[in-house]
Amino acid sequence: MNKLNVSLSPHVKNKDSVPKIMYGVIIALIPALLVSVYFFGLDALRVQAIAIVSCILFEWLIQKFLIKGQNTIPDGSAALTGMLLAFNVPANLPWWIMVIGALVAIGVGKMSFGGLGKNPFNPALVGRVFMLISFPVQMTSWPKVSVLNFTGIDAATGATPLAIMKEGLANGEKVSDIMNSMPTSLVDMMTGQMGGSLGEISAIALLIGGIYMLWKKIITIHIPLSIFASIVLFTGIMNLINPGAYAGPAFHLLTGGVMLGAIFMATDMVTSPMSKKGMWIYGIGIGVITVAIRVWGAYPEGISFAILIMNGFVPLINNSMKPKLFGVVKEKK
Amino acid sequence: MLKTFPKGGVHPAENKMAATAEIQSLPLPKQVVIPLAQHIGAPAQAVVKRGDVVKTGTLIAKAGGFVSANIHSSVSGKVKKIDNVLDSSGYKKPSVIIDVDGDEWEENIDRDPAVIKDLSKTPEEIKQKIMDGGIVGLGGATFPTHVKLSVPEGKTIDHIVINAVECEPYLTADHRVMLEKAHEIMIGTSLIMKATAVNKAIIGIENNKPDAIELLSKIAKEYQGIEIVALKVQYPQGGEKQLIKAVLDREVPSGGLPLDVGCVVQNVGTAIAVYEAVQKNKPLIERVVTVTGKSVKKPINLMVRIGTSANELIEAAGGLPEDTGKVVNGGPMMGKAVSDTDVPVTKGTSGILIFNQKESKRTKVYNCIRCARCTFVCPQGLEAFNLKNIAESNDWEKLENEHVMDCIECGSCSYTCPAGVPLLDYIRLGKSTVSQIIRSRKN
Amino acid sequence: MDDLTIVLLTLATLSGLGIILALILYFVAQKFNVVEDPRIDEVEELLPGANCGGCGYPGCRGFAEACVTTDNLDAFYCPVGGNDLMKTVANALGAEVSEKDPQVAVVKCQGSPEHRKEIREYDGPQSCAIAHSLFGGTTNCANGCLGLGECVEVCTFDAIHMNPETNLPEVVEDACTACGACIDACPRDIIELRNVGKKSRRIYVSCINTDKGAPAKKACDVACIGCGKCVKICPFDAITLENNLAYIDYEKCKLCRKCVTECPTNAIVELNFPPRKPKAEKPAEKKAPKTEDNAKKVIAADKTEESKPNTNQE
Repeated sequence: MNKLNVSLSPHVKNKDSVPKIMYGVIIALIPALLVSVYFFGLDALRVQAIAIVSCILFEWLIQKFLIKGQNTIPDGSAALTGMLLAFNVPANLPWWIMVIGALVAIGVGKMSFGGLGKNPFNPALVGRVFMLISFPVQMTSWPKVSVLNFTGIDAATGATPLAIMKEGLANGEKVSDIMNSMPTSLVDMMTGQMGGSLGEISAIALLIGGIYMLWKKIITIHIPLSIFASIVLFTGIMNLINPGAYAGPAFHLLTGGVMLGAIFMATDMVTSPMSKKGMWIYGIGIGVITVAIRVWGAYPEGISFAILIMNGFVPLINNSMKPKLFGVVKEKK
Repeated sequence: MLKTFPKGGVHPAENKMAATAEIQSLPLPKQVVIPLAQHIGAPAQAVVKRGDVVKTGTLIAKAGGFVSANIHSSVSGKVKKIDNVLDSSGYKKPSVIIDVDGDEWEENIDRDPAVIKDLSKTPEEIKQKIMDGGIVGLGGATFPTHVKLSVPEGKTIDHIVINAVECEPYLTADHRVMLEKAHEIMIGTSLIMKATAVNKAIIGIENNKPDAIELLSKIAKEYQGIEIVALKVQYPQGGEKQLIKAVLDREVPSGGLPLDVGCVVQNVGTAIAVYEAVQKNKPLIERVVTVTGKSVKKPINLMVRIGTSANELIEAAGGLPEDTGKVVNGGPMMGKAVSDTDVPVTKGTSGILIFNQKESKRTKVYNCIRCARCTFVCPQGLEAFNLKNIAESNDWEKLENEHVMDCIECGSCSYTCPAGVPLLDYIRLGKSTVSQIIRSRKN
Repeated sequence: MDDLTIVLLTLATLSGLGIILALILYFVAQKFNVVEDPRIDEVEELLPGANCGGCGYPGCRGFAEACVTTDNLDAFYCPVGGNDLMKTVANALGAEVSEKDPQVAVVKCQGSPEHRKEIREYDGPQSCAIAHSLFGGTTNCANGCLGLGECVEVCTFDAIHMNPETNLPEVVEDACTACGACIDACPRDIIELRNVGKKSRRIYVSCINTDKGAPAKKACDVACIGCGKCVKICPFDAITLENNLAYIDYEKCKLCRKCVTECPTNAIVELNFPPRKPKAEKPAEKKAPKTEDNAKKVIAADKTEESKPNTNQE
């Protein structure tokens, strides 16, 4: 007979595991990836591949030679970081910037804190913000979308709807005029036919991914919903007060990285709050800060900064927003 | 909408393979080993010595205090010795070892299977008989029943809650008992009601036992004040606090007892034991044990004399499978893995579970990814990851402030954790350390 | 405003602010100043600063605070610094102190896999306390070392290591300060502080199994079976037998080594003695005059060669 195995209860475990969650998110990102290939051609795939490979490589190197721990590549978190990082950059980004971004994301954003689960800030966003600040020109020259263009690099670049809006408003134009002159309609924004980062363009593809993650119970609805709701509410009120100076909620929801940020970046388990109450506060904070940066800030887009700022608040939120204890309220009465 | 408790909970695969297997009596073993500590509280003190001849039902150990229980011989024969024997706690504990010789019962025990419905005994008589019979909670916690039924001054109770939830996967002992001894349960419940002067009782049954719900609902009309409540399947509904919340929507205060919200909870098995002790003078000497597992040839429910070796039960279920990796005394969520298959069945043994090699291994441990699922599933609203970290850093004072004593050790957190962190291992260690600190502070 | 004015104005504002804040700080510091015995700092300087807690006080400063309150330091002992340090502290404070025998930790279990067969597996965290709460262990001995190394983890001085071959902890005698951290960490009280003894020579029962002889021997070859032979042979009444377990009182033991040869299971261990003369000669109990620095401990009637805990530091 075999030796009996003795351990403490419980003796059963559900089938969930860290790699399953990570690969689940990667699967959820595939629709958006396909859309990016559709609109940006092979460039999108190239940037993706560079980001994923360099993220995995850096994690492996750091784990092997600096931390000297066990190999953490199979858990899939490095690949996911690489994928999200690539989603946040223009499709024509030079390869060396991508590699530097990956090094910062993995090295500074994740491994310097001790690896998976210990980082306070979303590593992909750390990498992205680093690249945005260090290489502002390359990071904001967006290639024009062209359907199924596999011929090569398209030199033409265009601005994102958010940038067009910001510039127009700064020149004193009215929102309705800017909207009319914009090359993309709201429907285009839904499908992804607009300038922007590789993965953020198609709201529909991202929503499909989000629904998949909800169905697989990888994420809960709280964070995305509270971000969307606060953006809609905030911009809606401003739009009602002065429709000429502030764009409407639909525009704000569909442009820029709101979909990507709210569904994939803000919901990163490691850097988001751990109670449902906390998730609401966190989501609302992200929504409000995003809109504030977009409307009054220097950058046309603010969700990356908003998420990073709220990441910083997570320990505070966790400490103050504890779940309600069973049987404690009665005691106080 | 079926009732259930609102906070947390998980739903593990039920795997109730033995649900259709009728209860069979296991043939008498050649030897029984009866541990003196098989209930919560002080161990019983042996009143027999080596060479004494005992009958089935003879008192062999007296309660060692108020929170303790009598222990009776489950067989007739000769006391071989009193020695330390390995039991399911993983350690050697003082036990009475009896060599079986025939099956001669004490004369005052009524072995006639006819149901006695007479409820004329006074509450004092009922409680005395429960105490004499060494009845303890048969759900697994083995808390002495007479202590639970002694309502202290200043507390009033208005409901008896009978726990027929059997929320643990695999186990089917309570289910079978309900189908085969329904009237005994009702009378036992009525006796408990009488002993505590309560006129309402609720039997909570999970909805995965529709036949039991139907049968009990039908005969409940013959008895006064007993209501059957069907509950949504959700683990750990069998926890006292969760069950009371589910059936009565009352919350036992943190650190309190069901008594504080006017309830006493008893297991269905206990109700039958009460019936037998009061109406038939039969002490707690046997119980129903489920023997099951995915590789087990013949999942089975057995009526077993206390002290029988688990080996014999496993034999009756078709023998120990080749690929056995772990044997658990109790359910998969809260049961205790045994160190050896030769451990005695005690009053708290509700099942013998056999896991194969693959099932018995824990999953790989990753870093905590702060997904917070452990907090979502905690029925007590605790933050398991936090408690684990505090326990690991030995900060007992902080651990107590974080309400570690509210943990009911249901294991939902470890069950759910995608990183495979053994949360409950650390929390349980912290809980036992903190409770020692609290005890030493009181003294 | 020209540029110079701006610079001057800025300088003036900042300097002014600096002065005001400095004044505030000064007054606050005065008001909340805590008068502390300056000797506390002095004593703390002398202490090793390991903050191990072996003295029973919360860290070295706690110890220093307690030391300055009394004239007689007999109740105080810093296991790290030892008698020399306590003398220095006493001198600094003008207090008195008596010498204490230095101690060292010993691990009282020899249950390597060779002696103690592993019959089940443990699956769970690497924590002795958790394993102890679960079961008697992976062997049939419910008292012995669980081998998960919690004592190693708590040691501040790197003085205890797991030997991967025996799966038992081994004390590095020169590094051990007898702070007692490992003793608190061990859930089974396997580690004991014993007097270092003359020339670091020690004899102790390296077992804590309280089972009766037969099960103890069955679980582990080198278990104390409680036979009592050592008690009978000891000329100094240093050995007591309780719960089937012999214990040698280090205060009474005169290191004659008779018990070591007498023990039928080799449960009694001698440390740092020179090798015995061949068996044929009469066992001379006089200590060998010359000290051999590299002398390693030898288990009496040496049948099993290599498998003992507590080898000297290499």
